[in-house]
Amino acid sequence: MTASASLPDSPLLTSAKIVIAGGFGVGKTTCVQSISEIPPINTEAWMTAASETVDRLDPGIDKTTTTVAMDFGRLTIGGDLVLYLFGTPGQPRFWPMWDDLCRGAVGALVLADTRRLAASFAAVNYFEQDTDLPFVVCVNLFDGVLTHHLDDVREALELSPAVPLLACDVRDPSSVARALLAVVEHTMTRTAGSSPRVLTAR
Amino acid sequence: MPTQYWKVRPYVLTGGRTRTRQHLLVHTLVSVPYYDAVFASGLLPESRSLYEHARKTRSVAELSAVCGMSLGVTRVVVDDLAATDRLQIHRDNYGSAFDYRLLERLRDGLRQLA
Repeated sequence: MTASASLPDSPLLTSAKIVIAGGFGVGKTTCVQSISEIPPINTEAWMTAASETVDRLDPGIDKTTTTVAMDFGRLTIGGDLVLYLFGTPGQPRFWPMWDDLCRGAVGALVLADTRRLAASFAAVNYFEQDTDLPFVVCVNLFDGVLTHHLDDVREALELSPAVPLLACDVRDPSSVARALLAVVEHTMTRTAGSSPRVLTAR
Repeated sequence: MPTQYWKVRPYVLTGGRTRTRQHLLVHTLVSVPYYDAVFASGLLPESRSLYEHARKTRSVAELSAVCGMSLGVTRVVVDDLAATDRLQIHRDNYGSAFDYRLLERLRDGLRQLA
């Protein structure tokens, strides 16, 4: 749980965030793990808000407890900038948490597994309909092989032509860096010419 | 990670508050500007734990994880300590996540790793 590397000690240090989304088991944890400079922090201590009506009080009587397992990692970009990667909890019942995670994010990377594309439908829907946050869809190359043509994947996901679709191997740090780069570049394209305030996530 | 059980319900700790004076994002950075051991010894265990862990710059999410506190409680405790300048909430240098200078920095940084 302790970070192996400390952040630069500067009062000017600032942070940015990219959200890693997708269905259960598409490789979000591996994706965060492969590029993070700290072991990904997996926590179940989170809840959407302190106002949850039922909180964990005692072992044994927590049937209605809301626990959220999610991972996040960190990447220092320079002496004054650090990028956080937040994997979204997969289950739809945690969607209020998605809104919280997406607030103030640079963009989102939605991972998809071509063997179980349906697992990522909900995530794609969320980013298409429920938020203005720019996103990129990325087919995770399990075993390093692209089993379907990307055009077919685009069609199966009914993805708008405006949304970039790429493939990456989430086990490979440089491949993940390229996917994150695609997210940043897509956000630059989407927000170019508009005032920064126009495109804010809800 | 060992599961922490609350001795009291979190809203008792926060006095029922769930809102903070300023919006704290999960990746907002927090640090202790000058550490005061006497001040620390007078804090409630939860606040103290957070104050100690924030001696190194950390995000709200990291503090929530290392302190074993929910995000909501973490936000309120951070906000309370920041109100008396015991914690520094790092300013967003760019004003927006879509600021072009920020995006350029991220792009250049990621290119080096790609």
